[in-house]
Amino acid sequence: MSKKVFWLMPSALLIGAVLLYPALRTFALSFYRVDFRTSFHSEFAGLHNFARLAVDSRFRSSLWTTILFTATTVSIEFVAGLVLALSVDTWARARGAIRTILLIPWTLPTAVIAVLWAWIFNDQYGILDSLLVRSGILAAPISWLGNPGAAFWALIIADAWKTTPFVFVILLAGLQAIPDDLYEAMEIDGGGSWAKFRLITWPFLARFIFVALVFRIIQAFSIFDLVYVMTGGGPGGTTETLSVYAYQTMMRYLDFSYGATLATATVMVLAVVAVALYWLLLGRNEELI
Amino acid sequence: MRNLSRLVVIIFCALAAGPILWHLASSLKDAAEVTQIPPAFLPSRPTLENYFELFVRRPFLTYCLNSFIIASLSSLLCVAAASPAAWWLTRSGRRSRAAVSGMLLGLAFFPPIVFVFPLYELVRVLGLINHPWGLIVPYAALNLPLSIWLLTGYFRRIPIELEEAAEMDGLSPLQTFFTIALPLAAPALATATILAFVFSWNEYMLALTFLNADDARTVTVAVATLSGAFVYQIPWGLIAAGVIASSLPLIVLTIFFQEKIVAGLTAGSIQ
Repeated sequence: MSKKVFWLMPSALLIGAVLLYPALRTFALSFYRVDFRTSFHSEFAGLHNFARLAVDSRFRSSLWTTILFTATTVSIEFVAGLVLALSVDTWARARGAIRTILLIPWTLPTAVIAVLWAWIFNDQYGILDSLLVRSGILAAPISWLGNPGAAFWALIIADAWKTTPFVFVILLAGLQAIPDDLYEAMEIDGGGSWAKFRLITWPFLARFIFVALVFRIIQAFSIFDLVYVMTGGGPGGTTETLSVYAYQTMMRYLDFSYGATLATATVMVLAVVAVALYWLLLGRNEELI
Repeated sequence: MRNLSRLVVIIFCALAAGPILWHLASSLKDAAEVTQIPPAFLPSRPTLENYFELFVRRPFLTYCLNSFIIASLSSLLCVAAASPAAWWLTRSGRRSRAAVSGMLLGLAFFPPIVFVFPLYELVRVLGLINHPWGLIVPYAALNLPLSIWLLTGYFRRIPIELEEAAEMDGLSPLQTFFTIALPLAAPALATATILAFVFSWNEYMLALTFLNADDARTVTVAVATLSGAFVYQIPWGLIAAGVIASSLPLIVLTIFFQEKIVAGLTAGSIQ
C-alpha cells in the first residue's frame, strides 16, 4: 500500500488540487448564489441559476455560436487535413521538411495567432482585403471583424489555419500505417484508385479519423483564446462562445455562481456531444477502440 | 494525380507560411510604411526599430523569461509526476488501469473554463497571484493526463522479461524504475516534456487571470494585450514584431523536434 502511495501520490495531488477539486467546486457553485448582491457570500439557491439559464437569450445565442463554430471549423479542417495527408503521403522524399512547415501554425500560441489574423483581416492595413481588391474579387475592402457574418468566418479561417495541421498529422500517421502490399494486391485484382481508397484506405483510417475528430470537436467546443483576443465576442456579441460568456460573467461581472453555471452547462452539453459521437462513430463497429 | 497532389502540398505550405512571413516582413517596416495604403509586401527600408522598441524600451525580454521559466519548470514537474504513475499503471491490473485511464481521459476533455475560477480562488489564497508558481503547478496538472497517457503507451512496450531479470538480480521496484524503465523511455520522456512545454508556453486563459502586474506577464498575454494599450493608434509594426518574437522559440522548437511532436500527437491513435 505504501508503495502505491509513492507511485501515484504526485499525480494524484496535482490532479486532485488542480482538476478534480475545481471541477467539483464549479459544479457545486452552480447551486449557490455568490455575486455582489450577496456581498460575495455563498447563499444556497437551489436550481435558481438553471432557471435563469433557461430564459437567458445570451446563453442560447452563445450556445448556438459554439455549435455552429465547432461544426464548421471541424468540417473544414477534416476535409483539408484529409486532402493534405493523402497528398503528402505520395511525396515520400520531402516528407520531414513538409511536415515541419505544415506543423508550425499548430505550435504557435492561439492568442498570438488571434493577433496575427486580426491584423491580416484589418480593413485598412491588412493584406487580405488588399489582395482581394487587387485581384478583383472584392470591389471595396470589407471590415471583417466589424461585420457579424464576416467576423464569424474570420474566426473560422484563423482556427482552421491553426488546427488543420493537427488533423493532417494524425491522418498521415494512419496512412503510413497501411501496409503497401494491400494496395499491390488490389492492383493485381484490377482495382482502380477509387476502389483502393474505399476498400483499403478508408477502413484503415477510420480509427485515426475518430481520434482526430473527437479531439478537435472537444477543443473547438471549448474555444476561448481565439475569440476573446480576436473579436472579444463581438461585434454585438455575435461571435461570443460559451467559454467566453462564462469567463466574462465570472471575471468581469464578478457573478461567480452564474459563471460557474455556464461552465457546468458547457460540460453537460459537451458530455451529450461526446456520447452522441461515440454512438455515431463507434456504435456499429466496436473493434475500433 | 501525382502532380495534383504536389500542387496541393505546395499551396498548403504557402498558406501555412504566408501569414507568418507577412508579419516577419511587416515587423521590419518603419512606422510610415507599415500603415501605407495599399500595404506593401516587402519593406523598402528594412529596419529593426520595432524590435528595438520591443526589447529595449519595453520589458519583452522579461515576458519571454517568465514564459520560459514557467513552461520549463511546469513541463519538468509534469513529467516527473507522470512517469511513476505511468509505470505503476503499466504494471497494474487491467481493471485499475482502465479505471484510471478512463478518468484521465475524461478530465483531459473538460473545458479549461471549468477550472479557472476555483483555481483563481486557490491561487489567491496561497498568495501566488503574479507569482510563477501560481501557473507552474496548474500547467503541470493540466498536461498530466496527456503525459501519463503517452508514457503508459511507451512503458507497455518494454518487455516484462527485462523487469523479471532485474528482479532476479535483486533490484527493488524503485531501482528497476530508475535504472531500467526511465533510461529506456528517454525518447518518450523527451516527447512528453516538449509537448508540455509547448502547451504551457501557449496557455492564455489562466495566465490572463492570475497575472495582473506588467512584469509578471507571460509572452502570450503580453502580445495579446499589445494593441489594447493604445486607444488612438494601433502600433502594427510593434505588434508584428511581438508576434514574430513570441513565435520564434516555438518555430525553432518545431524545426528541431518535429518528429517528437508528431510522435506525441499520434500516440493516442496508434496505441
